[in-house]
Amino acid sequence: MAWILVIVPFLFGLFSFILRNRRIVLILFLLGGILHFVLTIWIWISPTEGNSLVFLDPLGVLILTVTSFLFLMVTFYSIGYLKHHMERSSLTIGCMFFFLAAMSLVGVSADMGLLWVAVEATTLASAPLIYFHKDHRSLEATWKYLLICSVGIALALMGNIFLSYAGGDSIAGLYIPDLMSNANRFDPRWLKVAFILLLVGYGTKMGLAPMHFWLPDAHSEAPSMVSALLSGSLLNCAFLGILRAYGILRLSGLEEWGGNILVLFGVVSLVLAALFLIRQTDFKRMFAYSSVEHMGILALGIGVGGLAGTGALLHLINHSLIKAFLFLVAGNILAFYQTKKIDSVGGMIYKAPKTAFLWVVGFFAIAGSPPFGLFVSEWIILKGLINSERWMLIIVYLIALFIVFASLARYIIPMTFSRSAPNIEKPERWFFNKEPLWMWVPPLLLASIPLIMGLYVPPILLNFLSAVFSVWGGV
Amino acid sequence: MEHTLLNLVIVIILLSNIRLLNTSRIPVMIVSVAIQGWVIGILPLLLHWERFQFTLLLITLITVTIKGVFLPRLLNRSMQQAGVIREVEPFVGPTLSLLIGLFLLSLSFWITSSLRSSLPEGLFFIPVLALFTVFNGLFLIVSRKKAITQVIGYLTMENGVYAFGASLAIDHPFLVELGVLLDVWVGVFIMGIAIYHINREFDHIDTDKLSTLKH
Repeated sequence: MAWILVIVPFLFGLFSFILRNRRIVLILFLLGGILHFVLTIWIWISPTEGNSLVFLDPLGVLILTVTSFLFLMVTFYSIGYLKHHMERSSLTIGCMFFFLAAMSLVGVSADMGLLWVAVEATTLASAPLIYFHKDHRSLEATWKYLLICSVGIALALMGNIFLSYAGGDSIAGLYIPDLMSNANRFDPRWLKVAFILLLVGYGTKMGLAPMHFWLPDAHSEAPSMVSALLSGSLLNCAFLGILRAYGILRLSGLEEWGGNILVLFGVVSLVLAALFLIRQTDFKRMFAYSSVEHMGILALGIGVGGLAGTGALLHLINHSLIKAFLFLVAGNILAFYQTKKIDSVGGMIYKAPKTAFLWVVGFFAIAGSPPFGLFVSEWIILKGLINSERWMLIIVYLIALFIVFASLARYIIPMTFSRSAPNIEKPERWFFNKEPLWMWVPPLLLASIPLIMGLYVPPILLNFLSAVFSVWGGV
Repeated sequence: MEHTLLNLVIVIILLSNIRLLNTSRIPVMIVSVAIQGWVIGILPLLLHWERFQFTLLLITLITVTIKGVFLPRLLNRSMQQAGVIREVEPFVGPTLSLLIGLFLLSLSFWITSSLRSSLPEGLFFIPVLALFTVFNGLFLIVSRKKAITQVIGYLTMENGVYAFGASLAIDHPFLVELGVLLDVWVGVFIMGIAIYHINREFDHIDTDKLSTLKH
């Protein structure tokens, strides 16, 4: 059953490559997105056993579900978008499906080796997507992405080898449940080296500072629907790799050591991203740095553990949905103003009211103000920090969040409300004076879930998340 | 017999790394990384001769074909398309690179000897050289400008990681092993395409001039 989630998008991708007929490929795109989401829901209804390579554990399925839902929304959006960029649609859609297949494989991998293969495959499938616009800038971003992530992931492979060696003769292979049940037999020296290599390797892919250099480039140069997937789903997949490694480390009694390293990377990412956010000229880059910030919060929450860990998982869901939402809306603005420069965008509320409304909503949601889910999850993480009594950490966390809020507000408010709207040089005809449904309905659907979670987090969800966290991150 | 072969392998890995460091000619680098791929490909067979299995032979064959034949061919093609056969003015010149290489080698010795007690018995030089190869690959990536040389550095690093896996007797499931190789292959293939586009768009493949994107 778990394999179906990988094979279905892979086959759809293959067909998109072979058929090449634009209309058929667009229909395939829609069908594939819906089918994948239906299959994911089906897994929740009737869970099945896995085998030695794939399994369906709650954590993997959680991340898979977020990915699948995002992909469906991106599908609705892209169909509208690609109608106006027809010339490259079959290649793009093929790569999108391969990307989805690779991300699904990350979610269901039961073997650390297979997880590695899947994470590297996500890099390869998404590199052509970043090169969508075929210009100097996107080429540069693609090259950085390919090289930095491949080198990072090669370190993670070495981490896997050390992990396997740390287990000694008692454990054959890298089957995750085996590793976890035998965790107390690991040689701590090799296990520590393995964890650091895995953290640096997957951390590169996740965008933790100081290995984040590829991220702002790739996220800003990719077409918006791809940026949404990169930021909303791909970063989670890399995070899953780190969490799996942390789960094993924790059971072998190195929880405190590993947690402190995670906190260190988290704080560095949070602070560095907040500082970079103070001065931004490009609105897509701005949200790319905001992704680094939120990945930092995730690492911090997991590292502190307890309530903060549960909060981090809730934060993961909220961040994915809101960030994907923001990149889609950024795509609308880009289509309207034909620029990514913050200075050249103004008076949006008068020209494209729906987009402007969504943009402001997105700002409040991502900056973590009520009534959105990110506020709740950041609040839970703060409570977890207070429980652990790390006062310095609390101060840094609050200051960084404040800086992020202030700098985002400084850019987004004028973009939306300034009266002096610059002249629009060459708006795309299809967009001028009207905002078709595909531009605002999928983002609205994406935003609705964090809004609901901001008003009321179902206790069943919180219990589920805290149960998941207690397996991988302890109590 | 087995021992002599193993020593030969150790010497070849060392020499190929040194050659990679002190040459600026890209065809020479490609040949060196290809030879390294061959030798590292047969390493699992040499080390685990007593546990001989059919899948081991199969993996060896596939590895040698990919690392020793297909990947060098891809690199050669990228080199010809880009029309670049020399790494001109790298950040670090050949002589200094060699000195740094010596330092990296001693570093690998030092790290490995501190882990010696927990290494498999009778194995010392292979992990040392595997680590040296990884360091060497990383150094090539950061010290050279041409995109193609950076890909060669990436491959060198992969070779080192593979040698580590072989020397520590890691049994991955067959499918995973195959997946790793496939990923490396497709990775180099896509990098080759990227080099082709960089060359066409910029008329050079110097990655230090890829610097439009900042903050």
